[in-house]
Order: sequence, then structure tokens, then C-alpha cells
Amino acid sequence: MRACGQAMSNYLIPPGTRDILPDEMRELRALSTVLLETFLRFGYGEVWTPTMEYEDVLVRGDERAAGVSYRLFDEHGHVLALRPDMTIPIARLVSSRYGKADPPFRLCYLSHAYRAVRPQRGQQREFLQAGVELIGVDAPEGTVEVLEVLCAALDAAGLTRARIGLGDAGLYRGLLETVGVAEAPRSKALEALERHDFVALDAEIRRLDLDPAKLDVLISLPQLRGGAEVIERAIALGGEDTKSATARLRETAEGIERRGIAGRVIFDLGLVRDLGYYSGAIFEVYDPALGHVIGAGGRYDDLLGRFGRPLPACGFALFVERVHVAQAEEERR
Amino acid sequence: MSEPLRLAIPQGSLFEETLDLLDALDVDTSRLRSDSRALLFAGDAFTLVTMRPSDVPTYVEAGAVDLGITGKDVLIEQQERLVYELLDLGYGQCRMVVATRTADHSADDLERRLGAIRIATKYPRTASRYFEERGRQAEVIEVKGSVELAPISGLADGIVDLTATGRTLRENGLEIREVVANCTARLVANRVAHKLRQEEIDALVERIGAR
Repeated sequence: MRACGQAMSNYLIPPGTRDILPDEMRELRALSTVLLETFLRFGYGEVWTPTMEYEDVLVRGDERAAGVSYRLFDEHGHVLALRPDMTIPIARLVSSRYGKADPPFRLCYLSHAYRAVRPQRGQQREFLQAGVELIGVDAPEGTVEVLEVLCAALDAAGLTRARIGLGDAGLYRGLLETVGVAEAPRSKALEALERHDFVALDAEIRRLDLDPAKLDVLISLPQLRGGAEVIERAIALGGEDTKSATARLRETAEGIERRGIAGRVIFDLGLVRDLGYYSGAIFEVYDPALGHVIGAGGRYDDLLGRFGRPLPACGFALFVERVHVAQAEEERR
Repeated sequence: MSEPLRLAIPQGSLFEETLDLLDALDVDTSRLRSDSRALLFAGDAFTLVTMRPSDVPTYVEAGAVDLGITGKDVLIEQQERLVYELLDLGYGQCRMVVATRTADHSADDLERRLGAIRIATKYPRTASRYFEERGRQAEVIEVKGSVELAPISGLADGIVDLTATGRTLRENGLEIREVVANCTARLVANRVAHKLRQEEIDALVERIGAR
């Protein structure tokens, strides 16, 4: 059944929100079920948290409140906010509900989250996320387990061509520090990298008073991406300086190799994510049928501590509607 | 993964030099140089798609093309588009400038007395950001056609526009007061293609760099 014809009366819904009709809903439901079943099979328990939280609580998780876009007052004048993702609510949940229980905690969710949109970009204010959080298992074991669940979820969704970009949130900053770049030029270089502007990054680095070999490392390293061999190439390029910066990534690479999912992963030494709570491994999910990322995640070892329960943690979220688009595009091939 | 890379080619002032660059890379551009009305040209290594420079970031961000060539002026104006900026191609040199009427410094005076300057431009976001970052107030008026007309006719006190030689400005009685940015042609890539087609894209970047 297709919705069609001239609308009798057309009452608008806010841009970036959608009505979902039965044909689409049937497929979205099937996809969501397949993803959740995968998470459950790996021993992750499904949780549900309120759509709105106290703004203070969300800001405690990410002081820049980067994602919080929609706020309202309750009847007492407290500021409530729609959650921009599920990671912070789950960090809160673990510290409040599992304060005395022994880690690790394996939790998963299928939930809507809310972000601001830029007009006419096809972005969604309300979008569905399916994801897991593994709390209380350190890197690299925790990271590798989460990546394994992610690979299984992509397989379950039929996206066998999808790949995971894996980087490290502190890698380039660490390298700049090791090489001895001062605070001001360091943040300029990091800003250029966050904008994905390699032309500006090149210019910022060349402005530094360093010997040419080190300049070369700083320019080339964030452009390295590919199989695990790029980590070796980075070390060949920069020796001890890059050895320490890539140490964590190397441990993860070994774990991935052991679990047999190395073919799924693209190591990306220039990868950056814009959420403030990430530390260590970060990832993005790509499918060749789609120009946008279909999922993202990483380690957030310092986040739980902000809620009084310091525990290492790692997780990912798949953007269910985008995964659905990728599925449809893959079927058209 | 063997489909050819899709590359957006800018029509207009960057067109000829972009085709020269492709020739230097042994990409066949004869069909683009002919009088064809076609917009899409399939080849072995690349599928070439011609479009307005200001559309390039839109197509690249969405992944409708893997790579594109456009001016830095376009990228500055559409800063919020998530594309990877890979290379400064060096050609298409020009400047984004603030210009007012020649030998007429009343714009400064007006800005001081009225607290704001009226600026006509095709680059409203670039112009607004430029004045905001300097703590100056500007009333930015977006126009689509010849911007030079605005200060002559009294619509605005000055303009923010792109100039290569400054000739159009001079011929319309305008002169450059401030340089907002230096612009050249850039190679940009889609975020997903940059990861999934890394080898081909890196090889292309290297060949252009070695040219």
C-alpha cells in the first residue's frame, strides 16, 4: 500500500522528523529485530532510558554539551533535554543502578536520539540508534569484543561490503606533543584535522620550526589508512615518536587479527570524532553504497568516572535508518 | 570496487585548467572539450561529471561523486559541508576582497557613524563571518548577479567578492580595501570514498602532486 494522491489536508511535521508507513515500518522493524537479536546473542541485555534527561546530567557527560539541541522546562523550572545519544544516559544508568554490582556490564539499546539539523541536508532531528555499551572491560580486549559484535551486526543486516574505520582519539595530539609542538600551533593543527582540511594542516605544520623529517611525519601520518600494515608504515616513518602514539592501535590490531575480523577493519591514523568524551579507539562505519557514515563509536574510559563510577568502557551505535538505506542500495546492485 | 572513480569537474572559470590537469594525468578530455551538452562522461579510470562549482560540495558530501574540484571560495562559503580537502591544485588563483568606491572613504565614515556597513555579496556566509570575527557589524545583502552594481547604485556601501585581476572592479569604479582570503582550486573527497577507495585516491593525489 502506498500513500498517494492529493492530501485532503496537510498538517506539517517539523523538518527532520518523519512519519513511517507500514511498508517501510515492516522493513525497519525486521532490521531492528535482527540487530537486537545479534546483541542479545553476544550476552548484551537490552535497556530503556527516558527520552528526556536533566540537562545537567547530560552536560556532566560532555561539558561542551556538543549534541544537546532541544531543551524544555518542567513544571518546577528544571531544564530537561532530549538525549543526543544513548552513551551518556547509559553511563548515568550504570553508576546509579549498578553502583554496587561487579562489572563488566553488557548493555544494548534500540532508541531514538535527537540532534539539531542543518536545513535541506536530509539530516534527521529524531533518529533511531541500535547499539551496545561494554562497561568495565579495558582496551584492547573490550574494544575488540565490541568490534566483533559490530561486525556480526553488519553481517546480520546483510551489509557484507561494509567496513569499519578504526583510529585513536588521542593519536595525533599525542604525536604533536611528543614532537614538541607548542600549545597554540598544536590546537591549530588539530582544528584543521577536525575539519578534514589537509591543505590547511599541511600549511600549519610547515609553519613549525622543526627538522624536515619530523615535518614529513606530521604531514604524512594522518593520511595513512588501510590494513594493519599502515601502523608498521607509521613506525617506519617516525620511529619512536610514532611508536608510542600508535601503541594502543597496535594492540587492538593484534586482537582483531586473532578474532578473524581484520578484513573488515580499515586503520585510519587521521580519524577524529567530534564528541568530547572519546578516549583511545574511535570508529566509524562505512558502506560503499552510501556517502554517509552508517554508525560510529569508540572508547570512553573517562566518562563513567564523571558519574562517580570510574570504569573503562567502549560502545557503538548504528544509525538504523541509514543502515536501512544502505540495505536497499545494496539490494539494487 | 572496480567501478571508476566519479570526479566532479567545475564549469566556468576553472573548467579549462581542470581539463589541462586531467590531460596531464592521461585522462581523455576530448569529449568534454567538444560542444557536447552531456553532463556525464564515462571513462575507464574516471567518470567525469560537469557541474557548477558551487554544487560540487553538495555532490561530494552526499557521495553522488567520490571526488570533486572546486574553488576555495566555494568551500569557505559552504564550510559546514563535510568533505575532505586533499590538495591545493594551485590554479584558479584569485582573492576574496572587500571593495568600495574608488577614492571614496565615506564607507569608513558611514561604518563609524551608523555602526554598520552595508555589504552586497554572492557569499553571504563568508561576508557575515568575516565581519563578525572582527567585531564589526555589517548588514549583508545577498545578490545573484553583478555585485559591482550595488555600491554604484547605492544599494550597498561595499561588496565582498572574488577577483582575479581586479579589472572588473576597476572598470566599475571600485577598489580593494581588505583581503578576506586567497583562493585556488582544491581537490575534495567524499568521507566514505576517502576510506573505502584509499589506494586509488592516494595514487591520484600523488600523481597530481608529482606533476
